[in-house]
Amino acid sequence: MADSILTVSNLSKTFDGLKAVEDFSFAIAQGQIVGLIGPNGAGKTTVFNMITGFLAADSGEVFYQGKPLTRCPAYRIARSGMARTFQDLRLIKSLRVIDNILLSRPQQSGEHFLPAVLRRKKLRQEEAQNRQKAAELLDFIGLAEKQDHLAGALSYGQQKLLTLACCLAMEADLLLLDEPISGIHPNMIEKMLSLMTLLSASGKTILFIEHNIEAVMQVAGHVIVMDAGRKIAEGSPQMITNNPEILEAYLE
Amino acid sequence: MAYFLHILILINIYIIIAISLNLIAGYTGILSIAHAAFYGVGAYVAALLAVNYGTPFLLNLIAAMIVAGAVAAVVAFPSLRIHDDYLVIATFGFQMILFSIFNNWVSLTRGPLGIPGIPQPKIFGIAITSHVGFLILTGLLALAVYLFARRLVNSPFGRVLKAIREDEIFAQALGKNVIRYKILVFVIGGALAAIAGTLYAHYVTFIDPTSFTILESIFMISIVIVGGAGSLIGSIVGAVILIVIPEMLRFLGMPNAIAANMRQIIYGTLLVVMMMFRPRGLVGEYELR
Repeated sequence: MADSILTVSNLSKTFDGLKAVEDFSFAIAQGQIVGLIGPNGAGKTTVFNMITGFLAADSGEVFYQGKPLTRCPAYRIARSGMARTFQDLRLIKSLRVIDNILLSRPQQSGEHFLPAVLRRKKLRQEEAQNRQKAAELLDFIGLAEKQDHLAGALSYGQQKLLTLACCLAMEADLLLLDEPISGIHPNMIEKMLSLMTLLSASGKTILFIEHNIEAVMQVAGHVIVMDAGRKIAEGSPQMITNNPEILEAYLE
Repeated sequence: MAYFLHILILINIYIIIAISLNLIAGYTGILSIAHAAFYGVGAYVAALLAVNYGTPFLLNLIAAMIVAGAVAAVVAFPSLRIHDDYLVIATFGFQMILFSIFNNWVSLTRGPLGIPGIPQPKIFGIAITSHVGFLILTGLLALAVYLFARRLVNSPFGRVLKAIREDEIFAQALGKNVIRYKILVFVIGGALAAIAGTLYAHYVTFIDPTSFTILESIFMISIVIVGGAGSLIGSIVGAVILIVIPEMLRFLGMPNAIAANMRQIIYGTLLVVMMMFRPRGLVGEYELR
């Protein structure tokens, strides 16, 4: 796909002789919401980890906006405009909600040693701008009144919303969300899904892993089905739901 | 009176040490027991320059900070791939290596004989010879280190350090170069410890390897833990308490030989009690993992 924002070609990963991911390829166009589904242990998170540089692939390549990311460390990939969340929900729980978002802001001069100590005025200006942006994001996810709470004091669903806000704070164009709605309250599910739709409408691209098929069908424009490390199907949500073999593979 | 001032001077020196170690262990979560070695590198660099070349105090101070910072960068490297318990053991290894350099590189350090006759400092023509003079000098430097560290930990830089302590993977996912921060914080901590080492060398005018042993490193980490990891005020409180408590033994009329052993027992007991009842330290917010 020439205009794809993310292209994954022939990724493979073996753990102790077990083929976790095998010859896995796909491409995502800008602005799409793509669901990555498959049974537990299919290798979905392993694919995420390889795309985002947390795990080295045995073979295969990843291109983001046409540029290869192979052997690029995770923090560089994160800076290039690709943000991710984690299945086991990572946040700095002992920091306040707003500080988690401030922490996520890219290219802060105050994160460098000398400016942090010496350039106080610039630092304050920069921090004020970042606070402004953080306030907007908290409004967007509906947690404005929680900004001074510790992140760990939020409900699980609110924490998942906060991880989304952190990705947005990074000014990422591509969001990789690992089970964004699993284990959260039904009201929160609706909230998260509507935010995802809104983000895609504003040009963000989303690739997400999810077990809740209904939710995937509701927001995804495109679905990739994985089983035992391989891609077994790919297409529109309708195509997937109409294919009994896939549903069977997935539900077994 | 001189004795009382001596204790205050020691407290100032240990406040600098505790704050510098707190940046590494308390704020970034890297439990290092090599800190006495950085302190020792600082003391030796200052002492050797002063004794062999008669260089002025401020130059010795800067040289000590640069060399200790460089040594700390070397110590940082293996710690980047190692975590938790293994990291403690790796820093322990560096502590042993540096101690044995102090102790065995006789042509440079005179080994166990130590370096006597380190001149008292002279800063901008003012000779510091009295206890009061040293109290002011150490107090000013301790204050400077405190203010510097406070700026650092309250800046976005400090926010990244806390993030690394809490969740390294998340910090990477946010685009933070965790390795760079770890090396930097070791260098900063090592360089600050060298300030304390320089002060100690010029104050006591004699140094030998016994001041820079693993026991000393453990004493330093005890100050940080007792005071509170991740709290600068905690480091001050910890330094005051751990310096003053053993000194009080003297007033109980305990003979010196017994008091020295009692000191170790008190530190040990204090650590065990803190771990059981208040793992985040007297004024700290976080538990050291």
